[in-house]
Amino acid sequence: MKNQVGREIPDELLKQYGKKVFSGSFARSEDTYQKAGPCVHNYIDPTRSKMVSSIHEALVKCKIHDGMVLSFHHHFRDGDKIVNMVMEEVAKMGIKDITICASSLGSAHDPVAELIEEGVVTGIQTSGVRGKIGEAISHGKLKNPAIIRSHGGRVRAIEEGDVHIDIAFIGAPTSDEYGNARGVGGKSDCGVLSYAMVDAKYADRVVVVTDCMVPFPNYPASISMTDVDYVCKVDCIGDPNKIVSNAVRMTKDVRELNMAHYCTQLIAESPYFKDGFSFQTGAGGASLAVNTMLRPIMEEKNIHMSFAIGGITKPICDLLEAGLVRNIVDAQDFDLGSIESLKNDANHYEISTSAYANPMNKGAFVNRLDFVILGALEVDVNFNVNVVTGSNGVLRGAPGGHPDTAAGSKCSIIVAPLIRGRIPTVCDQVVTVVTPGEDVDIVVTDYGIAINPKRQDLIEAYKNSHLPFCTIEELRDKAYAIVGTPEQVQFKDKVVGILEARDGSILDVVREVKPFEFKD
Amino acid sequence: MRNPNLKRLRRTMMFLNCQKPGLIKDPYIYKPDSIMLDLEDAVAENQKDSARYSLYHALKEIDYRGVERVVRINGLETPHWQEDVRVCVAGGADVIRISKTETAEDVHRVEAAVEAAEKEFEVPVGHTLLMAALESAKGVRNAYEICNSSERLFGIALSGGDYSKDLQTVITGTGVEFAGARQSMIIAARAAGKQCFDTVFTNLDDMEGFAKEVLMIKQMGFDGKSIINPRQIETVHRIFTPSEKEIIFAEKVVREIEEKRAKGIGVFTVDGKMIDIAFYDGSKRILSLAKAAGVYEGEL
Repeated sequence: MKNQVGREIPDELLKQYGKKVFSGSFARSEDTYQKAGPCVHNYIDPTRSKMVSSIHEALVKCKIHDGMVLSFHHHFRDGDKIVNMVMEEVAKMGIKDITICASSLGSAHDPVAELIEEGVVTGIQTSGVRGKIGEAISHGKLKNPAIIRSHGGRVRAIEEGDVHIDIAFIGAPTSDEYGNARGVGGKSDCGVLSYAMVDAKYADRVVVVTDCMVPFPNYPASISMTDVDYVCKVDCIGDPNKIVSNAVRMTKDVRELNMAHYCTQLIAESPYFKDGFSFQTGAGGASLAVNTMLRPIMEEKNIHMSFAIGGITKPICDLLEAGLVRNIVDAQDFDLGSIESLKNDANHYEISTSAYANPMNKGAFVNRLDFVILGALEVDVNFNVNVVTGSNGVLRGAPGGHPDTAAGSKCSIIVAPLIRGRIPTVCDQVVTVVTPGEDVDIVVTDYGIAINPKRQDLIEAYKNSHLPFCTIEELRDKAYAIVGTPEQVQFKDKVVGILEARDGSILDVVREVKPFEFKD
Repeated sequence: MRNPNLKRLRRTMMFLNCQKPGLIKDPYIYKPDSIMLDLEDAVAENQKDSARYSLYHALKEIDYRGVERVVRINGLETPHWQEDVRVCVAGGADVIRISKTETAEDVHRVEAAVEAAEKEFEVPVGHTLLMAALESAKGVRNAYEICNSSERLFGIALSGGDYSKDLQTVITGTGVEFAGARQSMIIAARAAGKQCFDTVFTNLDDMEGFAKEVLMIKQMGFDGKSIINPRQIETVHRIFTPSEKEIIFAEKVVREIEEKRAKGIGVFTVDGKMIDIAFYDGSKRILSLAKAAGVYEGEL
């Protein structure tokens, strides 16, 4: 059955998963639902200890068995050691058929690819997939199709009961022996534990894994003792050098700076740029530069930001310190500067991913966003964006908060170079739809800027602007004129991944890749 | 017919290594006035042929969107330069930059090869312009003669690296080692009615020093500067952009001269300053610089 973004979703898949096809970003706005809930193992007995001596003991006490769903967060990014530590033990115990439900998986988790081959892992549900896991999935090695969700979509799936977590393993930089865990302190400081908050509330069993025990009570806690079953002290939960950067790179690339300048001007010339506006940007070169470029304009016009949100970096914290940003609501930290700000600035708040982006709660921060600046691997002439599959069709990216912020914000701006090597960024049809075109307002490239024709209000607002506007088709034509019209990536029939929209409907599927066959 | 591009605006000439297709595929995005596609020092000795191949296809295939395409060919003492010339002309390059030029004869040799190639590839004779890089004391000494050596030659450029070696000194960043060359060259170029371009500034982290140098060479009368990175473009263009006051005055001067000329008046005053026909070209240049910078939309 074809969905609203023109993607053919196999009927048997819809039936098997009890899913609907995507029919618009706000199709479920009148829906109600009953929240899921965990099975709670109480601690009425005050003499019971939550401490376990090893991951093995934690697994035994949580009654690990075949077919369970284990969850993890990715606040330790490429420095994460928890997933491998737990999964290695699971494999050693001879357990099979595990589903990993992670907020994201990266190249740090390459060893999991082997467990996929061995049948230890047969399901993966995540908001990002890279490295060998992505390759294993795309080559059809995972028994069940991987389910890829946005950050907000993952929280929704857990809260609605689409996925039920049996055991949540929550790596925490510090914890006390009763399970009050924080993102700050210790050897593996990651700032916040936003992604893990929903897991703690909805998993049947919650195991905090830390390498730094602190005296009770470890407060204010990111993860509360009221939700934690066990605390496991290990030697090392992460590699600090890979958890956050010492300093994010400020680009000197003129191409990126030009795109950043376009974004900055778009914001400054838009009707939403007024005192109290809100803003999210990523950690990419052009996105970061926008923070710096906005500052003099905000100062000159005496405009303050009500809140900045998202993955946080030092440049936006500098604006908080300068009084140009009134609040930072933080769901992830990318550098040491942002962690320092979180610790020291009273207006820098840790939030849950549900508060950040869940489309089906009673109101998330993304709904209050004016601007978001996002990247893209591909954008097509219908403004659909792909940030998940590469030009070879292999899973290698993360929706993260892309679909959430694009849908929630008043003005979503995609920034990407028109071509990367031989690959056109703007194309006829993206390989995989991750963010539907209806939620994408402006595409900024080094060759020009295209506004989604659905946003006639924005087209009108910029009618006297000197920025280099053109149509999305013109951008595509320029790209194709330089690198040629690409052949479509070729796939086999087997569905290896399901791209879930924020509301749980199916936006697209990813199929098994096959070696390219040339025409005669 | 005189090539209309002889006097075009050339504030920035950005060096790009022809050995790297990624660099030459779309440098127009940075909006330099000219790009300088290098077949000479940036290209390894055993890669000259592949660089020429990339250059030819780039010239043929890529629409550089009005950015002037200058090619720096290998020196006349090498076995490469004649084939370089053929490839440039066949590809349709706008300008050939002759490296290590020391005499008018050097220009004549290249000019003859260019003309032969234009005939061979049926390119209109005179299409390919020339510029000369002066890289030695001898070259600088012969600057005036070189400027007058050819109708195709629109200007000369100082090449500081080799020149400082020839002077038996080093580049200090103060400009003292280039003082004589800069003065000699700008005087020679202006005396011959040609353009004059300054050498590169290689420390990309010293944008303040770069800006100072650009300001200085602008004040000296140079038309522009060779650059090595797109980061330097904005600085040069900004410094070469006339101020609002300069534009308003230049506009008045041009209008007054044209008006007074019709009335048979040669000398007069504008805003209290004495003006005559000698101010006409300078004022026109200010307006064309302002137009190129996008700060003047008038009809003059």
